[in-house]
Formats: sequence, structure tokens, C-alpha cells
Amino acid sequence: MEFSIFSVISAVLYLLLGPFIGGLLAGIDRKITARMQGRFGPPILQPFYDVGKLLEKEAVTVNKGQDFYVMACLIFMIITGTLFFFGENLLLVIFMLTTSALFLVIGAFSSASPYSQIGAERELLQMMSYEPMVLLMAVGLYMVNGTFRVSEIVSHGPLSLKLLIGIFIGYLFILTIKFRKSPFDLSLSHHAHQELVAGLKTEFSGRTLAALEVAHWYENVFLLGFLFLFFANGTWYMAVIGVVVCLIAYFLEIFIDNVYARMKWQFTLKSSWLVTLVFGGVNVLMLYFLKAFSLIGN
Amino acid sequence: MTSIITILILILFPFLISLILLVAKTDALRGPVVYIGAAVTAAAAIFFAAISFGKEPAALVAGGRISEIISYAMMGIEALLALLIIWLGIKYKKYLASILALLQCPLLLWFELKHGHDVEVSHNLVVDNFSVIMVLIIGIIGTLICVYAVSYMKDFRHHHADVQDRSPFFFFLMFAFLSAMFGIVLSNNLVWMYFFWEITTLCSFFLIGYTKTPEAIKNSFRALIMNLLGGLAFVIAIVVLGYFAKILELDFLIKNGVGDTSGLVIIVVTLLCFAGITKAAQMPFNSWLLGAMVAPTPTSALLHSSTMVKAGVFLIVKLSPLLGVGSILDISPGFMVVMVGAITFLLASFSAVSQSNAKRVLAYSTIANLGLIIACAGLGTPEGAWAAIMLILFHAVTKSLLFLSVGTAEHNIGSRDIEDMDGLFGRLPRLATLMIIGIAAMFLAPFGMLISKWAALQSFVDDSNVWAILLICFGSAVTLFYWGKWLGKLSGIVANRQNTQDRIHRGEWFALGCHAFLVIAISLGFPFISDKVLLPYLSGVFGGGLTQEQSLALSSDNMFILVVLVALIIVLPLMFYGRTRKRIVPLYMAGANEGDNLTFRGAMDRDVPVSLRNWYMEGIFKEKLMNKIGIITTCIIFAMSLTYIASLVTYFIKMAGGEA
Repeated sequence: MEFSIFSVISAVLYLLLGPFIGGLLAGIDRKITARMQGRFGPPILQPFYDVGKLLEKEAVTVNKGQDFYVMACLIFMIITGTLFFFGENLLLVIFMLTTSALFLVIGAFSSASPYSQIGAERELLQMMSYEPMVLLMAVGLYMVNGTFRVSEIVSHGPLSLKLLIGIFIGYLFILTIKFRKSPFDLSLSHHAHQELVAGLKTEFSGRTLAALEVAHWYENVFLLGFLFLFFANGTWYMAVIGVVVCLIAYFLEIFIDNVYARMKWQFTLKSSWLVTLVFGGVNVLMLYFLKAFSLIGN
Repeated sequence: MTSIITILILILFPFLISLILLVAKTDALRGPVVYIGAAVTAAAAIFFAAISFGKEPAALVAGGRISEIISYAMMGIEALLALLIIWLGIKYKKYLASILALLQCPLLLWFELKHGHDVEVSHNLVVDNFSVIMVLIIGIIGTLICVYAVSYMKDFRHHHADVQDRSPFFFFLMFAFLSAMFGIVLSNNLVWMYFFWEITTLCSFFLIGYTKTPEAIKNSFRALIMNLLGGLAFVIAIVVLGYFAKILELDFLIKNGVGDTSGLVIIVVTLLCFAGITKAAQMPFNSWLLGAMVAPTPTSALLHSSTMVKAGVFLIVKLSPLLGVGSILDISPGFMVVMVGAITFLLASFSAVSQSNAKRVLAYSTIANLGLIIACAGLGTPEGAWAAIMLILFHAVTKSLLFLSVGTAEHNIGSRDIEDMDGLFGRLPRLATLMIIGIAAMFLAPFGMLISKWAALQSFVDDSNVWAILLICFGSAVTLFYWGKWLGKLSGIVANRQNTQDRIHRGEWFALGCHAFLVIAISLGFPFISDKVLLPYLSGVFGGGLTQEQSLALSSDNMFILVVLVALIIVLPLMFYGRTRKRIVPLYMAGANEGDNLTFRGAMDRDVPVSLRNWYMEGIFKEKLMNKIGIITTCIIFAMSLTYIASLVTYFIKMAGGEA
């Protein structure tokens, strides 16, 4: 196992700062959303106040099982994110991310409550919708960089974006699902006007709900980390550009969220698979031909 | 010498037990015989693994007088079995079965009597690490299923009073099946392998038709006909190989076939892979495995995990060094195997989404995973073969666990429908836990199946197999959905369910517990298996000196991380599940919850019971449509392979004409 100081530092930074950055992003999201809707909006630090408040709530639960699942979701999210920032294998990270997300789904199922079950099933639908694109993203990065190891992609890979524009667009598309934004916020939403708002998290309360929020903060930071990989080539200026693009992408997602109404589930599945096939599939095919005619190395 | 005796025990002892079981008419007699037979067989398999472990692949049973006598005996039995099939085909008016038997048996007899002597066979049996793994799977999982069947069949008689009890015949078939499987995985002489191959075909035919209902008879003949079709391809392969190349040994074929472009090898490999594809129930032949569900559950467990379909993938994985896909325009046998496998993986996964019958979900998942296995083998790279063998191992254990737990659930809740497994966690907590372990192990990181899927995906990427990559990416996403919703159904904690798990027999608990233990043990121990068992084997067949980093998708530090995560995922629930001191409150429902979590006050002040249903998306994942697409696409691929072979044959004829 290669230990580089850089890997250790970035993993520790993620562990410590991840939730703060994630929480801040959430606060900025709420502010921008409010401004787009012509409201003043809560303070930027409101998500932290909310979580603090949740921690003080009376400890109640609907059964003895579900808290465990949410805690497992949080633990595996943190482990996965740390593995990513430590520079481990991209596929390992993607599969563990799925495991973490599945713990949450099982937690929602376990309450046997109608609302959380609908949310849970929709969450599974969303996972099924974005998973092919996430896998193809890893495949594309591998074809360009010749490795699945995040540390190698970041430190001495070529600029992946040049050859992966289709996959980049496809990933941006499914990022809307992963960030739980309209039109794909089927399982759980921040907008009060949807037909199912709390969905997945209907039966979670107090500390459990707080844990879920923190898990989402961790997750969002590391989803943006994926985006960063497209820009990383080991130079400092591309790193800066990468971070800026991540922020722009986040703003774009907020914008989309406020522009669209929620669509039907069929649209989620079909559109994301179509985008995956067209942008992701064609890009991978193109990479294959470039390689076959040895226009690119490795 | 010890290995030969152990092999004899492995092949002959289960058969001996099966003969005893044929005459043991009472439960009191049958139980001990099965337990002793299973224990001895499993012990022999483990002993065999222990003595073959870490050794070079050993060629055993040289040709000579004794082997010749054995060959003649096999020929005689084959002829008798062919007559049996012909007679059964006529009796049940399934003439196609008779015709297929009538084609292949005389062809083989002609070849063996007329030309068999021209071919020198130096080794009839061969032991390598791959066959050791298969012996362990058959010897442990197969016998555990037999143990389970003793208790299960008692209940089965109880639940199906209208079905004539043919338990002696049933147990005869189960053990004969194990014998034949040992024979397949240890044979090196293709004629011997074919003999055992046909016996498994017949055993599964009789097992599927066990209840003798019209549906069972129909399905059993479908299985028979499809497998005979594969058998015919097998015979033609033997004849072509023996007649033209004077080879009948598998290891010889593989060693000399690598890099051979003469066309003969291509024809033989295509035919053998076709036989493997029919046996592994790939599209368009998947319907026989789905039809096999009419049989008692231990049959399904046996067919899906340690026997039958695994024989098909075993052969293809063995041939893996001869396969491979050159470019996007290549239509070699490797292309056929990869594409049929990958297409089956995708479409069978799609079909599984719309199923609510638990056994059908399991069946489609088996078909899908077998597709993935042969697709990996078709790449012809050590990486791909590694993934394929790991998949075989993990799938055998996990799928058997799932079938057996569904069988037990069926007898206790009276249904095999996933919809009726609502709150199984409250009714049969221990069984539900075992089922959850099985399901999680099928699709979740860091458990075994996912490790192999990871390796599979990387193998496809390394081989730049774009079509297969796309099929695998979409297929795995769907896999996630159908397992996830089943898992959710099981984990639901529904109020007021009575715990009825005391009714389950001890024998069933024993078999289920052993399976669950094995699932976890293999997930924890797979780096060891990879290092000590698979690497030497792969180095041997793919041309030596492979290091771990060159030949495997997973580096050792990834394996280490995975093992730690497996340990974590096991320890966490043991430590924390259900330990809460929080106050329990009622669920949220649209109207006021009546307080029991099962009814709420709805419109007009009426009490409305809550019912939760799973999501099947029949509108999108139509089973019939998927099967149709599967049949068309795989047939196109077979047609391409056939054209390829035909062009090779015409080339041969031209060459022969030119020489003359």
C-alpha cells in the first residue's frame, strides 16, 4: 500500500472538514434557492443550527431496528469518502457508496410505514437510474488514465476532460439525481410543494435524522470530488479550475432544481439511461476507436 | 495412488449410496443413510482437496487395459440410456427428444468402435486446482443440500398429499447427480466427460419431472431436449477432434490449441462452448432452468448451485485459454461466448425485476450470473478467468443458501411469493437473517459476488470490450434494484406477527447454518483462495509466471480493505442492531394511526388496513419481451458463429480438394 503524505492529509481533511463544507454548501443552496424564489432565505449557517436542534429532540423511534441502518449508512459513507480522498480504487469507492446508500433504503423499508416505503422504493429506482452512468464514468477515467486509483489519476494522469466530455455531461446529468434535486427528487425533497416530501426519511427523527443530514453533507462533498477528477492532472492551476468548476456545477444543480417541477419516475429512469447510453456509451466507444487506431497512448 | 482411490470414492461412493437409497423405503432408514453418505462424501472431498492442494496439476489414470474396459462399460450404459430416452420420448409423444438421442448415440458409438482405437489417450483423469475447487463445491454444498432434503421431503409429502411419493427415486437421483458431477470435473478424456455430462442431463430430467404433473412432464422434456441439443454439439466436437486431430484429451487440446489458427480448434471450441451454453441455461435456452422450478426446492438448489449449470460454465472456463476477442469485428468463439453471456446477464436481470415469485427471481439471477461467468471466461484472459472462477465459487454457496431458505419459508408461510414475506423478520427472525445474509452477499460490497463483479468489470475494461461493458453496467444497476426491494421487504418490522420458527426441522437449520457460515468464511478468506489456489492454476493454463499484479483486477491492498470491510459489516449489526433505549412511537400515516401500525382512520371515519406492496415495473421490464429480445439477439450471434464455422469448413474442403 502506498502511503503518501498528500493522501493522508487529504483523507484527514475530508474527515474533519467534509461535514462543514457540505453543511456550508447546503446553507448556500438554501440561500440561493430562496433568492431565486424571491425570498430572503435563512442564514448560511442554518443547516448547522437545524442539526444542533435535532440533536436535542426527544429520543423516539418507530422500531428497534431502523436507527442501526441509518448509523451504518453514515459510517459507511464516511469510510467510503475517506477511501476516495485517500486515493484508493475508484470502483471500490463506487461500490461502497452503493452499500452505504442501500443501508439508508433498508432503514426506510424497515419501518414498514407506507410513506417511507414509497420513498425507499423510489430511492432504489433513482439508484438504478444513475448507477450505469457512475460505472461508465469510472470506466472512462480508467481508459484515459490507465488506472482506477484516485491518487494516480489526480497526481499524474492526463487531463481527462479532453477525452471524456460525453461522460462529463452524463455525470452532470445524474448528479441532479444524486443531489436529490428537481426534476428527480422523487424519494425525498426539500420543496414543500411536492406530492411526497419527506418520503424516505418520514420515520426518522432526532439524532437519527441528524446523522442522515451529516451523511448527506459528507456525500455531497465527495460527489463533487468525482467531478474534480475530470480536471486533475497534477498541476495547481487545473486543481483551482477543478474546484471552480465543482462550484459552478453545484450552482447549476441549484438552478435546475428551481427551474423544473418534479417529473414522473418513468422520465427519471428513461432519460438518465438514454443520456448514459448516448453520452456515456458513445464516449466509451470513441475512446475504444481512438485506442484501436493508437491515437492515444496506454 | 491415494488420489486415485479418493477419486474412486468420490465418483463411486455417492452412487453406491444412491443405490441403497433406491431400496430404502422408510424415512427412518433413509435419514441415517443420507447423513452418513453426505458426511463421507464431504469428508472425501475435503481430504481430496487437502492432498491435491499446492501440487502441480496431476494427470491420473493412464490409458491401458482397465481404462479400456471402463470406456466400454460407459459405452454400454450410454446406449442403454439412449434407448431409455428414445422410449420415453415416444411414450410421452416428445419425438424431438427421441430423434436427438437417436442422432448422438449411434454417432458416438460409431466413432468409438471404428476410430476410437486410433486415438491414444494417455490420461483419462486430471486434477488441477480448478477441479479441486469444483470438487469442494460439489462435495460440500451438494451434500448439504441432500441433508436438507431429508427434512424438506417429509414436509413436502405433507404439503403435497396428492403427489405420489417417490422419495427413494428422488434421493437416488440426488446422489447419482453428485457422482456424475465429480466425474465431469475430474475427467480429462472428453468421451468420459461426455458420459457424465449425459448422466447429469438425465438426472435433471427425472428430478424436474418428479411430481409427474402435466406441467412437470412438459418442463422436464424441455430441459431434456435443450440439453440433448448441447449433448449433440458435444458429440460432434468429440468426433471432429478425434477423427481429424486424433486428440481426445482436454488438457492436450488446451495446451496445443493456444495460438492455433488452423480452424479445427475453432470449430471444436465453438461446439463445446455451445454445449456449455445450453447446460448453463443461457439465452435462448434459459427457459429450461425456469421450468425446473416445478420440482421440489432441493432440486432447484442442486441444479442452480453446485451441479448441472455449473457443469456448463466449468467446461467454458476450462476452455478459456482458447477463447478471446481480438477486435470489435472479431466473430471468433470468444465473441460468441462473451456476447451470449453479456446479453443474457442484462436481459435476465431485467426479467428478474418484474417477478414476485421468489424462486423465479432466484432463477433469473442464476441465469444472469452464469451469463457473467461465461462472458468473463470468453475474454480468454487470466483476469477474466479469475473473476469467472470466483463467481462460480461465491454463487454456488450463496444461491444454495437462498434457495434453501426460500424453500423453508415456503413450508412455513405457505407461499414463495415475495409479497407474502412481509415482516418475515418478525415471524421467522432467524430464517430472515439467513436470507438477508444471502441476498446481501449476492449484490452488496464488500461481499463475494460483488468482488467478482468488480474483477469482471475491470477485465472487460482491460480487454476494451465496449459492448460487454455497456451491458454489464446496465445489468448491475438493475440487479441492485431487484435485490434491494426484496431485502427491504424482508427487513420490514411489521407489528403483531407471531414467531413461528420453532416449526423448522433441525436438519434444515443445520444445512442453512453451514451455508451462511460458508458465505461469510469465503468472503473473509478469498484473498487466500486467490493466492494459493487460483494464481497457480491460472499461471499454469495461461502460460506461467503470472504475478498477482499482472493477472488480477484486484491488488492485494484492495483485497485487504475488502476483508476489513466484511468484518466490519458483520460486527456492526452484532454489536448495535436493535440496541435502542428510545421510546417506541406509532408510525405516521395519512389518517390517524389506530395505534397498532396496521390500520389508520381514513375517509368517512372508516378504519383502513395498511398494505404494502413491492414495485415490479411490469410496464418497462416485461418478462416476455425480454425473452423475445434475448432469443433474437443470441440467435443472431449463433448464426454469425455458424457462418464463421461454415466458412472454415468450406475452406478445409477446398484445401483438401487442392491437395488431391
